[in-house]
Amino acid sequence: MTNNWVDIKNANVVLVMGGNPAEAHPCGFKWVVEAKAHNKAQLIVVDPRFTRTAAVADVFAQIRPGSDIAFLGGVIRHLLEKDAIQKDYVTSYTNAAFIVKEGYGFEDGLFSGYDEAKHAYDKSSWSYEMGADGFAKIDPTLQDPRCVYQLMKRHYARYTPKMVADVTGVPEGTFQRICEAIASTSAPDRTLTSLYALGWTQHSVGAQNIRTMGMIQLLLGNVGMPGGGVNALRGHSNIQGLTDLGLLSDLLPGYMTVPREADGDVETYLAKRTQKPIRPNQMSYWQNYPKFYVSFMKAWWGKAATKENGWAYDYLPKLDKVYDLLAVFDLMYEGKVNGYVCQGFNPLASAPNKAKLLEGLSKLKFLVSIDPLVTETSNFWQNHGDLNPVDPSKIQTEVFRLPSSCFAEEEGSLVNSGRWLQWHWKAAEPPGEGKGDPEIMAAIFNRIRTLYAKEGGAFPDPIRDLTWDYKIPDRPSAEELAREFNGKALADVPDPKDPKAPPLAKAGDQLATFAHLQDDGSTASGCWIFCGSFTQAGNQMARRDTADPSGLGVTPGWGWSWPANRRVLYNRASADPSGKPWDPKRKLVWWNGAKWVGHDVPDFKVDSKPEEGMSPFIMNPEGVGRLFALDKMAEGPFPEHYEPFESPIGANPLHPKVGPNPAARLYAKDKAQLGLPGEFPYAATTYRVVEHFHFWTKHARIPAVLQPELFIELDEALAAKKGIRSGDAVAVRSKRGRIVGKAVVTKRIKPLKIAGQEVHTVGIPIHWGFDGLTKPGYISNTLTPFVGDANTQTPEFKAFLVDVEKAAAGKV
Amino acid sequence: MSVTRRQFLQLTAAGVGSTGLVALGFSPDRVLADVRNFKLSRTAETRNTCPYCSVGCGVILYTLGDRSKNAHSAVMHVEGDPDHPVNRGTLCPKGASLLDFIQSPNRLRYPEYRAPGSDKWERVTWEWALDRIARLMKDDRDKHFVAKNAAGVTVNRWPTVGMLAASASSNESGYITHKVFRAMGGVAFDNQARV
Repeated sequence: MTNNWVDIKNANVVLVMGGNPAEAHPCGFKWVVEAKAHNKAQLIVVDPRFTRTAAVADVFAQIRPGSDIAFLGGVIRHLLEKDAIQKDYVTSYTNAAFIVKEGYGFEDGLFSGYDEAKHAYDKSSWSYEMGADGFAKIDPTLQDPRCVYQLMKRHYARYTPKMVADVTGVPEGTFQRICEAIASTSAPDRTLTSLYALGWTQHSVGAQNIRTMGMIQLLLGNVGMPGGGVNALRGHSNIQGLTDLGLLSDLLPGYMTVPREADGDVETYLAKRTQKPIRPNQMSYWQNYPKFYVSFMKAWWGKAATKENGWAYDYLPKLDKVYDLLAVFDLMYEGKVNGYVCQGFNPLASAPNKAKLLEGLSKLKFLVSIDPLVTETSNFWQNHGDLNPVDPSKIQTEVFRLPSSCFAEEEGSLVNSGRWLQWHWKAAEPPGEGKGDPEIMAAIFNRIRTLYAKEGGAFPDPIRDLTWDYKIPDRPSAEELAREFNGKALADVPDPKDPKAPPLAKAGDQLATFAHLQDDGSTASGCWIFCGSFTQAGNQMARRDTADPSGLGVTPGWGWSWPANRRVLYNRASADPSGKPWDPKRKLVWWNGAKWVGHDVPDFKVDSKPEEGMSPFIMNPEGVGRLFALDKMAEGPFPEHYEPFESPIGANPLHPKVGPNPAARLYAKDKAQLGLPGEFPYAATTYRVVEHFHFWTKHARIPAVLQPELFIELDEALAAKKGIRSGDAVAVRSKRGRIVGKAVVTKRIKPLKIAGQEVHTVGIPIHWGFDGLTKPGYISNTLTPFVGDANTQTPEFKAFLVDVEKAAAGKV
Repeated sequence: MSVTRRQFLQLTAAGVGSTGLVALGFSPDRVLADVRNFKLSRTAETRNTCPYCSVGCGVILYTLGDRSKNAHSAVMHVEGDPDHPVNRGTLCPKGASLLDFIQSPNRLRYPEYRAPGSDKWERVTWEWALDRIARLMKDDRDKHFVAKNAAGVTVNRWPTVGMLAASASSNESGYITHKVFRAMGGVAFDNQARV
């Protein structure tokens, strides 16, 4: 979230699209109800199903799965046609005025530079026109035909209300009403908050779904505002934290990136990531990348990281490609992965195309599952009849199952969706011989390190030299680890403004802020954005001050929020260029004549005078928010509607020659496993129910009693056509497999008219499996396609094709 | 005489009529007056965070056992933390049943091993399991570590063993997991955020 849960109460309009917080994030959704009750907020819900969130909405629109960009592109067109944008914000704080280079273009569904053989773009034309002074050219009047504003207007001119209705199924009248509500927040004293979740990410155009909303929020002047922003409601309690800490194939802590093969030496690596400003007086905060990198390498490799060896640059692996979950399971399927460790993760249930996963797991030499609970993944070799039809005798994988503690049995911090790091304390010991995850990781690592010391082997240096100064080497404590990711001074850090003043930090001290990090090896910090969470003053994540002096839900003394305890990102944009808050009733930060102050920690250089013209989006070298994404996205600088890889209407109504995302990665064998609407005529989408969390609560008695059995939601017309009544067993088939569940015939989904044809949507919840206290059920991801978003490779769980039929009674 | 409900029932069951007891002056007064003790009155409270969705609701875990060195704590109740700025003491249906997750019969209790081709788990010791895992990982790393690519560039990666990290483990767990796996050259590495 750019903002945070409590901040939702400040919104005038709440748009929930790509999520269902009333059921998936119930206690956070209370702040939507609060906004409705006490801020007269209007709630708009756009979803393929009439959810419990929709049940309390002022306006609900049922949308065809996978058509969100068509809808949001239509909203952009409306805002631009009606000039319902916050003009001053758009010209000052976005790249609307920037001139795009000659050569950029868009035709018949493709942007300039497409290479059909590679399914990828040469993005060199997706860039700004640069002046001789080294700065990007702009036209503040927004009249230049090649400025971003004009290009955007042209791009979305095609997204008429009629086209929107045709592609999404949302009637023109409803769409119009929603556009007007959204447009009302272009006033400086009105804001809209966007709440989304996996309903947007789990598409082959997932990242662009979110970007389209980001563009709308920039046009409306809602980014940085209380009650505004683009707010990801993350699906699990600490995937925010694990992402912040870089636990992804291509990330390092704090959104630094793993070097690529092309980054042959540390100078190349750093130069690419240390961008100079491309407009006058801009901050371009990533210029500090070398400080973050060197401090990180010092945290991990201490004295072995020296200036001479590029701070142990060779100790980091260099990527030839991204080894995301789909890529790795594909390699596994090819027999190219030997071992796999699943720590609190059940991929057999949570990754697509179960049959392919099973085949991959069966080719492993060894699998290690570290979990508090039984998982289907750890039991993948067991035969459970139709639910898991394997022959254990044919599976040669060695499988280990290690019991780990659960939340109640450990201490540490989690990062919630609002970026709050909250500390929790241990209440009891795990059952039996269970151990904490840090202890298990330490035990494995120390054994491997000992083996290398004894036997030698492949490049043992980074293992040998890894900082491991924990008091009990086999049991690093949460506090020791938290201190390490915060970081400390290795030598005195002098005050650059006055070398004679006391040092900013004394050698050995915990650092107070990432602003004190150095690139000369005198500081260490395992995760720069967490620097400030565990300072000389103690554990900031454990703070429990509930005070909210501004009444805006800022609570600066509760836990600690990254970065720098800031509660609303980009909050400088909540004030106008002169430094005065846009809305006098919702003041977050402002210029007091000498510096930036406010109720929140200013997201800005605190002594930068407004007349210097520094813009609020300090992480970007141009200082402004990007309506035009340059080369940052795989499939284009403006989001475009592409059909899901399995589409019920076949051709893309916008450009028949380009159907699904042209830049997505689709392996040949998975292409052969895509279904066509002739054989699989119905759109399908997966989701969660309020009683269950993922694949865990089926092991907990009360949730298992409340929702004991896999069910399938069908609209009344489809059910009638197929002779299915509520309670019947219904079989759902995709090109990849078949599941059986109990039919729930519902008014919550209606057939839609799409491009002249009737489209039915089938709803499939995800929570069952062959283990648990619930009734045994099929894993819903038996059905889903093995293709992901072109940028993130997040699988397309939310839009695919199935056929349904009545199954034999008792066959559920 | 003070008679608890249990004693009273025992006395009755032993054939000594309550009427007779009353006649003798032993009135079972507390039997009628006794109210059930508030079940949380003898518990210890621990502040924690719900491990399910990303709202990060504050919860209070109530444990039996007074935290002395020889007492074994057991969580017996979970409630929303009324101080928490987001959930203000409330919990959803999942959070309200967290006790059933902590106490699930499907919690793992011991390290277990499934041998190639076998159709069953066997209980093993931690020592054995960790030694074996370390050996398998080290041997694979030695065999498949890529020090240089075809062009002779140092790449130092180990692509043949993968790891998926958790989604509800703490930052501290995540940090050390990343540190260990990346230091070995690991690249086939993701967490639940990917899906």
